[in-house]
Amino acid sequence: MLKVRLIPCLDVKDGRVVKGVNFVDLRDAGDPVEQAQIYDKAGADELCFLDITASHENRDTILDVASRTAEQCFMPLTIGGGVRTTEDIRRLLLAGADKVSINTAAVKHPDFVREAAEKFGTQCIVVAIDAKRTGTEKFEIFTHGGREPTGLDAVDWARRMAGYGAGEILLTSMDRDGTGEGFDIPLTRTIADAVSIPVIASGGVGTLDHLVEGVRDGHASAVLAASIFHFGTYSIAEAKQAMDKAGLAVRL
Amino acid sequence: MTNAKDIVIVDYGMGNLRSVVNAFEHLGCRTVIARRGEELDQGDAIVLPGVGAFGEAMRVLHERDLIGPLNRAVIERGRPILGICLGMQVMAESSDELGEHRGLAWLSGRVRRMSGGRVHRLPHVGWNALMVTREAPLFTGLDGERVFYFNHSYSLDCDAGHVLATTEYGETVVAAVRAGNIFGLQFHPERSQQGGLALLGNFLDYAGHC
Repeated sequence: MLKVRLIPCLDVKDGRVVKGVNFVDLRDAGDPVEQAQIYDKAGADELCFLDITASHENRDTILDVASRTAEQCFMPLTIGGGVRTTEDIRRLLLAGADKVSINTAAVKHPDFVREAAEKFGTQCIVVAIDAKRTGTEKFEIFTHGGREPTGLDAVDWARRMAGYGAGEILLTSMDRDGTGEGFDIPLTRTIADAVSIPVIASGGVGTLDHLVEGVRDGHASAVLAASIFHFGTYSIAEAKQAMDKAGLAVRL
Repeated sequence: MTNAKDIVIVDYGMGNLRSVVNAFEHLGCRTVIARRGEELDQGDAIVLPGVGAFGEAMRVLHERDLIGPLNRAVIERGRPILGICLGMQVMAESSDELGEHRGLAWLSGRVRRMSGGRVHRLPHVGWNALMVTREAPLFTGLDGERVFYFNHSYSLDCDAGHVLATTEYGETVVAAVRAGNIFGLQFHPERSQQGGLALLGNFLDYAGHC
């Protein structure tokens, strides 16, 4: 039986790990490769780096992080943030990433997703969707860390990206991200039920029950969290035990 | 565990070469990246990695004139070879991924799209358990649940005689095959933490005894 994946995510800026609360108050918390090794040893099912480096000159720092991580860690690695061209993807994959996640570039040029999937294969293209509630059961895509509305309906967008060859959707609730209040379950379930590619739930995990809810109630195939692991609130093992106890298939 | 083997890793432009190199170097091997046919003979065993599309993989193998040298090394000289994911799939006779394509035809079988659906979403991505149907040196010492990382939407239907292990994903999926000196894995041992490294170590031990 396929196991539910538990994916710790590290925000990386200029080659250093940071984590934001609602993408604003960033706190420096160390070397990404050291952190990656800790998660690898702890049995994380995958690792995600989100590169939030702003300046163009420092954009290559993530390639060094990717290659040093891939030398030390033998688990799947997804890298997102600033992926705009097939050349960006090629360099990340060559450095050691297994998958890349595309966000703003997909919104700006949807055909980029199709092109990327054709060139590198569906299995290494993750489309990251940042969605915000704009009505009771209405969700809109935002870019630029949740600041820029796009007018795109999240469900339509998810279906379109799946049709273009996205292999997975990394779905983040911008309303919940950094709050610790749990995933936006209606959002997660609505998207997961609308597509037949795996959906990774993200944004808002504060307790271990939230991880369980993302899968059981949100129908996600995988759950991603940052702060609860990053600041040592819970360990990977504790999270997996909680998921196992709740009846989810996990790799212990 | 094996020491200092020379492993030839075929570079045909398909995906995660680096991860495969890292894993074998971690196990103490020297790695040779082969882009030309004559480079295939520089090691104790050959690894055919690969992620991406079947047709494109075969096109590049042709373009780089690697098919003849691969056949000579593997079929005529019996050199041990390990195909990983797409690297295993191209060992089949054919695939229907994005059109009909012919493979290396080392294994009797064909590659087809998995059925998938809302429950068994494709790609089949994540950690899944092996059902070992035939014990093989690859699995030595891998006790308990054998769980490995998969990421694919196509799978191999082949002669039951080749199959070492399967996994379940709404259908029975061929996960590991062997035909003499030819080994293939649908999952990614280089991305499967300790269990994956142990399995690669077992392949090296096998390669060292041929």
